[in-house]
Amino acid sequence: MIKVGMADLKVCKAPEALTTLGLGSCIGVALYDPVTKVSGLLHCMLPDSTKIRNNSNKAKFADTGIEELIKQMVEIGANERRLVAKIAGGAQMFALASASEALQVGARNRESVLKCLALHKIPLLSEDCGLNYGRTVEFYSDNGNYLIKAVGKVEKII
Amino acid sequence: MAKIDLDCMSDMQFDVLKEIGNIGAGNATTALSKMLNIKVDMTVPKVELLPFADIASVVGKEDDIVVGIMVGIADDVNGMMMFIFDQKSAHHLVNSVMGRDVHTDENEDAHTFTEMDTSALMEIGNIVSGSYLNALAGLTGLKIISTVPSLTVDMLGAILSVPASEFGKYGDKLLMIQSEFGEDNFVTGYFLLIPELESYDTILSSLGM
Repeated sequence: MIKVGMADLKVCKAPEALTTLGLGSCIGVALYDPVTKVSGLLHCMLPDSTKIRNNSNKAKFADTGIEELIKQMVEIGANERRLVAKIAGGAQMFALASASEALQVGARNRESVLKCLALHKIPLLSEDCGLNYGRTVEFYSDNGNYLIKAVGKVEKII
Repeated sequence: MAKIDLDCMSDMQFDVLKEIGNIGAGNATTALSKMLNIKVDMTVPKVELLPFADIASVVGKEDDIVVGIMVGIADDVNGMMMFIFDQKSAHHLVNSVMGRDVHTDENEDAHTFTEMDTSALMEIGNIVSGSYLNALAGLTGLKIISTVPSLTVDMLGAILSVPASEFGKYGDKLLMIQSEFGEDNFVTGYFLLIPELESYDTILSSLGM
């Protein structure tokens, strides 16, 4: 099991698996080439690199993160045209009456991820996003299963 | 005005921030101690500047299930405060406040909290953060107001992603002032003060740095 940290991305080949722990407002974007079984997982924190000056870490943002993930996957044998996506996360961890822009970052992250996937013509197979709880995810490259665990909830595979 | 550069902070800046944590958390633990009528100890605060991948390490592991209370802060200083307890400590605190038998059952998880318990925990958060921020405001002469607390029980990584995404706008590291408090072996918790980057500048310059 390869661990992906916050604002980080990793790629692997079958039969390895990728995991990221405690996704809150962040999104875990899993990309997969069903033929070569090359897989990648991105744990991005913010929606848009163009709105922020300090943007050297590509994996921090949805837009540059997805781009970099595709690049690294292609390098180890994925075909960009075959890639499919599954996403999870983007929760709003704290419910506040005056939800500031900063606290709705989960929903904005999801929107940005969807936009970037569409831009690269990557179909979204399934998602488990939003609500108010954190998620730990595991992506299995041998069968493309995306396992989602949350506190006090039944594990599910999307 | 003193500018904080996350990549090259001086020892002096670290020390001043540590002292802020000391005074703030000192007042907060006193408030907690009075409220519960118990002895509460605290450790020397730490000022942590950590890459996002490691932020959970200030309190535990990313997938540890903890109780997090967040209080937003605004006006002269913007940002947030967080209290993080493990589930056992949260139960212990609630039971003390509610005047129940104080028992700490290892197996009891935080999902057994009633609405009243949650409300009591948030009130603890409110009082304790009020004392912390009062001390900070008194020290710096700045105006600081806090929002109504919000509570969540979840994985540590998910809870800390909230301040991390806020800080992600400035760089690849999170700067926070951490103090640990505890009552014998029963309650262990953490105060995290996480101002926005500009607010660090405001705090430091108000202290003549």
